[in-house]
Amino acid sequence: MLYDKQPKMITSQLKILIADDEAPARNRLRELLGDIDNITLVGEAKNGKQALALAEETHADVLLLDIRMPQMDGIEAAMHLQKLNPPPAIIFTTAFDGYALQAFDMNAVDYLLKPIRLERLQTAINKARALLPAQLEAIRPLQPRRTHFSVSERGRVILVPLTDVIYLRAELKYTTVRTKEREYLIEDSLTSIEQEFGEQFLRLHRNCLVAQASILGYEKSAGADGESHWVALLKDISETVSVSRRQLHVLKGLAG
Amino acid sequence: MASIKQKPKNSMQEHSVEKSSNGSTSTRAIMRLPDFRNLGICLRTLVIVNLVTLFAAILQSHGFVDTLKQMAELSVFTQPVLLLSFLLLFAASPRLVKLPYYWGVAGVIAISIATTTVIYLFGSYVFPADEMPGLARNWLLSGITAAIVLYYFNLRHRALTPAIAEARLQALQARIRPHFLFNSINAVLSLIRSQPARAETALEDMADLFRVLMADNRDLVPLAKEIALCRQYLALEKLRLDERLNIVWEIDSMPPDALIPPLVLQPLLENAVYHGIEPMPEGGTIKVNIYTSRKEVHVVLSNPYTTQGGHQSGNKMALTNIRERLALHFDAEASLSSKSVSKNNAKVYEVHIIIPYHPHSGE
Repeated sequence: MLYDKQPKMITSQLKILIADDEAPARNRLRELLGDIDNITLVGEAKNGKQALALAEETHADVLLLDIRMPQMDGIEAAMHLQKLNPPPAIIFTTAFDGYALQAFDMNAVDYLLKPIRLERLQTAINKARALLPAQLEAIRPLQPRRTHFSVSERGRVILVPLTDVIYLRAELKYTTVRTKEREYLIEDSLTSIEQEFGEQFLRLHRNCLVAQASILGYEKSAGADGESHWVALLKDISETVSVSRRQLHVLKGLAG
Repeated sequence: MASIKQKPKNSMQEHSVEKSSNGSTSTRAIMRLPDFRNLGICLRTLVIVNLVTLFAAILQSHGFVDTLKQMAELSVFTQPVLLLSFLLLFAASPRLVKLPYYWGVAGVIAISIATTTVIYLFGSYVFPADEMPGLARNWLLSGITAAIVLYYFNLRHRALTPAIAEARLQALQARIRPHFLFNSINAVLSLIRSQPARAETALEDMADLFRVLMADNRDLVPLAKEIALCRQYLALEKLRLDERLNIVWEIDSMPPDALIPPLVLQPLLENAVYHGIEPMPEGGTIKVNIYTSRKEVHVVLSNPYTTQGGHQSGNKMALTNIRERLALHFDAEASLSSKSVSKNNAKVYEVHIIIPYHPHSGE
């Protein structure tokens, strides 16, 4: 009856996914969802990372995402979820988060305050839709430092933990992310990454950011032109990154 | 018109005058002698008396070197008087405090004059000298010094009285994050259908917790009471976090009667849960260790933490708040320190509180 205006939804069941780190909170949502018609609960996640994996697997239509979760919070999960095709609708849930709620209100992002009321949940699910680019941009500052980069490859979203990244190199249009195992292409620019993560990455070359934690040391090596220059030795891989003359001060700063 | 208006105004004024006079009598009733058993009070007294001595030395002297000489000569007399007075005041403190304020003041001055007499007589017996100033003059000086010290503490007490009222406000601010309140209500709601009995217990715990939180929190409470409150709080958190939250209590040697400002431990535990346990997917262990050592109660609270997604600023605010309240109640005798330590790859955050412990102090 509720779906009279959207006839195609009468037959299709809306697939819902819950993400919350607290068992009672998930329990409560499950109970409430049980009282709503024409929906199916397709999965429950304990953090943002699980939510992303489950959303991909179940092709969930709507995600109920708690904001404060360990490992990966709801805001970051929402960013990565956008890379799914089609991206699911997102409704944030939170007990209290004054700063976030202000941003949500200003950008018409859907959220529910815990404890959640049945009627509010129902209305929110009915009007839920995927986040617009502008909305995404607006909530990005709520999670100032991502814990993962996300890469979409052949319709899948691959998460690259920040701690796995050895270096980032700017290519023509993309940025290459190098981990121990392989390389990925992401769309973020080196400058924006530098701003986001600060001292975590060192700019050793105009086109290269190297993870501080991956640098074993520096060595002088002879280049092809016969002139010697400094290179950084890296953990886990045999490749080296050359330090540009312009960036030598970074090295000196470390030695001093 | 004017006369009509004036009448109620007058009566209002009378009323307010009555009120304020009531207020002043009540403040007079609160006015108390300083606690001469408190280290901070003793230190302040020491400083004031020596300043007065220095002042006297400067007045008598002819130059810088002479000032030092005079100061040394006066100190030979004032320091023993001061020490003896401290001993007597320490012994008499419980009785003096029970006297009406002005009788107490008279008592303190009497003690200082008595010690002056004793030291004077002793001094003139050991070092008989001709130029020893008269006893009456010494009485006057020590009496005036005692009065100055008491006047200083009186002023300080008045200056701090609004601060003590504010301590209550601060306790309000220190307590419970809305985050906790709403998450707990949510957790209780989730139990109502499936486990009504557990929901009942949880609501009872919440009622007790909020009764304390909304009480007038100006006075010190026994440590055992604060611990009971903490247990109720943690029971509620356990409801939400389940096996992610582990608590280890090491409080067998805790003095249950030690007095502590209310809501000192609970906000610290709340911090430990919020910053230490919630960001960990597998949870962690909060350790509470309380022990006594040389008339001091030590409370050591530790929790794991990660550098990811830190909310350190909120934590600092709570710590400052607790530190201020400890200072209001115990002056220099209480302290709060915090540090982060790395123990085999895991980071642990530790808060250490020291409060004075006076068993059977009767207060």
